[in-house]
Amino acid sequence: MKRQQTQKLAVGIITTVSFLVVVPILLVLIFMIANGIGGISWTFLSQPPRSGMTEGGILPAILGTIFLTLGTAIAAIPLAIGAAIYLSEYASDNRLTRLIRLAIVNLAGIPSIVYGLFGLGAFVLFLNFGTSILAGSLTLGLMTLPVVISTAEEAILSVPQEFRVVSLSLGATRWQTIRHQVLPHALPGIITGVILGLGRAAGETAPILFTVAAFYLPELPQSIFDQTMALPYHLYVISTQIPGMPMEIQYATALVLLLIVLSLTLIATFIRSSMRRRREW
Amino acid sequence: MNEHNRPHTSTEGTSMKTREASGPSKMTARSLWENLKDQSASELIIENLIRLSGISVIVVVTLIFFFLLREGSAAFLDIPLRQLFGSRWYPIEGLFGLWPLMVGSFWVTIGAVVIAVPLGLTTAIYLGEIAPLWQREILKPFIEVLAGIPSIVLGFLGWVALAPIIQNLGAPSGLTAFTGSFILAYMSLPTIISITEDALYAVPKEYRDGSLALGATQWQTIWRVVLPAARSGIVMAIMLGIGRAIGETMAVMLVTGNAANIPEFGFGALFQPIRTMTATIAAEMGEVAQGSLHYNVLFGIGIVLFVVTSGINLLATRLVGGRGKRRPGGRL
Repeated sequence: MKRQQTQKLAVGIITTVSFLVVVPILLVLIFMIANGIGGISWTFLSQPPRSGMTEGGILPAILGTIFLTLGTAIAAIPLAIGAAIYLSEYASDNRLTRLIRLAIVNLAGIPSIVYGLFGLGAFVLFLNFGTSILAGSLTLGLMTLPVVISTAEEAILSVPQEFRVVSLSLGATRWQTIRHQVLPHALPGIITGVILGLGRAAGETAPILFTVAAFYLPELPQSIFDQTMALPYHLYVISTQIPGMPMEIQYATALVLLLIVLSLTLIATFIRSSMRRRREW
Repeated sequence: MNEHNRPHTSTEGTSMKTREASGPSKMTARSLWENLKDQSASELIIENLIRLSGISVIVVVTLIFFFLLREGSAAFLDIPLRQLFGSRWYPIEGLFGLWPLMVGSFWVTIGAVVIAVPLGLTTAIYLGEIAPLWQREILKPFIEVLAGIPSIVLGFLGWVALAPIIQNLGAPSGLTAFTGSFILAYMSLPTIISITEDALYAVPKEYRDGSLALGATQWQTIWRVVLPAARSGIVMAIMLGIGRAIGETMAVMLVTGNAANIPEFGFGALFQPIRTMTATIAAEMGEVAQGSLHYNVLFGIGIVLFVVTSGINLLATRLVGGRGKRRPGGRL
């Protein structure tokens, strides 16, 4: 009798707490949309800022974030997928492999601001790229590595062993097997990982603070050696560094950033769930 | 469908190519051998590139530590340790005491853990053990959305929405360690929830069946059987959550008030403005001359952060280690 009451009580508490955790997330989304939607217009999205950023739009910041995200993709994808293939298909269980896994765990744990410091020391100063899209993309790319490697590795490992056995027994080499059997089936999972990683990179502020972000730059960057504005940094600047900034612009900027990042996350989730549904092994 | 078709078509594809390249009828032993040699040469390159990218991960970590040391070691060499770990952080007067920043990071993180761990574990238990499928499918996306919200956006929310609320509750300012802890707790929830859920998922179904068959209630099963069995994974979830909280920068910078003083000990400490190590780097790096002592010290703080977060992560994997997560399938 008493056991049953404890059971009911426990389940009741657990259910309530879980919903209490989720409700604020919903409130945050509603709050952001309700406050931000009014400030978003075509002008806001397609114009550079004017009059000390208190008027006009955020076009250079949006484009800057897009450039940086593309740069991050170029910097991170080949290395990450290569590493994932190595870990899942080539690496034997030896010291080197354990060291690589340790390094990935370590990379995943390094704070984003420390990536920023590294980018400043290595790319901006030592390699003399200056504060530039190149330096920022490389920094963000390294930060994205662990996410992409682990999701890609998981996707590759989930391809059934039989596929490899059949391919090899038909005389294909190891690389042919990977290239024609394993990677095509792992592709949706790999893409999910890449988009998740890029979504995170697009929203990051700390790694770009000293490596690429410009306070105010109405012209668009001309090359990868130029600085650029970027949405996350722009939000930081207008919400804390400029007194008397209209709240509407702050909320609208935050909402645009949130929508860009969340849509990347949603696309990734969608690919993953539709892939799970279609899979027949 | 895939299983039966795909392997055939593409292996046929490759052998077709081989045949075309050497001509359909003049397939001599020599040309076959050359083909093979050709193929293995390019394959050798590709396989070496793959091996190289695997190893490069180690190189990246080493390089990060190297560059932090290169720019930051002067802080530990030029400043007497007594002063470096002293209680005053006044860079303008040349006083670089890291203690207030460390205490700041410590309090914010402790606060975040105290809030996030119970909430995260409970939610994971609900999602993994209790919730019916349709509720999971509604709740999980919210957790994923939370994981996707950029830290600067959460910081902005804390600054415009949460801080005024906390000030109204009677704190002298809304920008306090607690405000930071609250935001950080929410930021580390997705990490804690998803890793705990994995740990619960890994507990064999037989354990639950056995316990229920002996007449235990669902709650007794969760509390006495499932949670103890998932213990190491849960510890890992908590530690990685802590790692996440210590390293967070932008949100904390916006909402903790950035005062580099040591809060008095006790509960009141949570409602005072503080400044963390991460926020100090972010706020001051833009203004220092490159190569100055202040610049070196900021990199020195980076070294401290690197060592602390690496330590936490290594410890977490060591605790769970040995129990390989390798699933069936994969490497031959």
